[in-house]
Amino acid sequence: MGVVFAVVLAMVGVSAALALYRLLRGPTTLDRIVALDVVVVLTVVAAGVYVAYYRDGSNIPLLAAVALVGFVGSTAAARLAVRRERHR
Amino acid sequence: MNPVAAGPVADVIAACLMLLGALSCLLGAIGLVRLPDLPARLQAATKPQTLGLSLILLGAALRVELASAATMVLVVLFQVISAPVLSQLVGRAAYRSGALPDDGLVVDELAEHLPADALVGDDPPSDSDDARG
Repeated sequence: MGVVFAVVLAMVGVSAALALYRLLRGPTTLDRIVALDVVVVLTVVAAGVYVAYYRDGSNIPLLAAVALVGFVGSTAAARLAVRRERHR
Repeated sequence: MNPVAAGPVADVIAACLMLLGALSCLLGAIGLVRLPDLPARLQAATKPQTLGLSLILLGAALRVELASAATMVLVVLFQVISAPVLSQLVGRAAYRSGALPDDGLVVDELAEHLPADALVGDDPPSDSDDARG
């Protein structure tokens, strides 16, 4: 079981690195918003792997909170980005 | 503490679900880097957002007690509702700010319903502007 969790965490880590690469490269603000949302989701996923590994439900509220805040943040950023980009 | 499902079979199922979830996260992230334009990247981003998260949290839910598992199902449900909202917002923002490549759209039904001056480079946006499209 430990090997499975190591593999899963490695895959999630590589995914987060790739998403961060897209976050840095852009090229538009909207690309960055999408990449940032993926990073937030991968944070939730990694916390879920923690929950499964330790069989410890105490940080499940963290999952809910991060998912909620990530959605609100990405939505707000998407709405602000279109205003800024339109003036270019 | 009573897990939702115990025993070796449940462990194997949980491991398979989590591996599949991690795989779809990885594929989505690769797509996010490799695909050429914003709509394609949006499509790739849905893999970690819904499929990856659902599979991993489902695998984790098998290993914790019932109350925690129910909360995780709620998280998945919320994510399944909110991810399309964000995709739609970003896609619409990209369309209206002219960030889409000209030859990328095969069918553009939205353009027929927008006034000619609604796209890039016109007056500062007003709030009534946002209600359309």
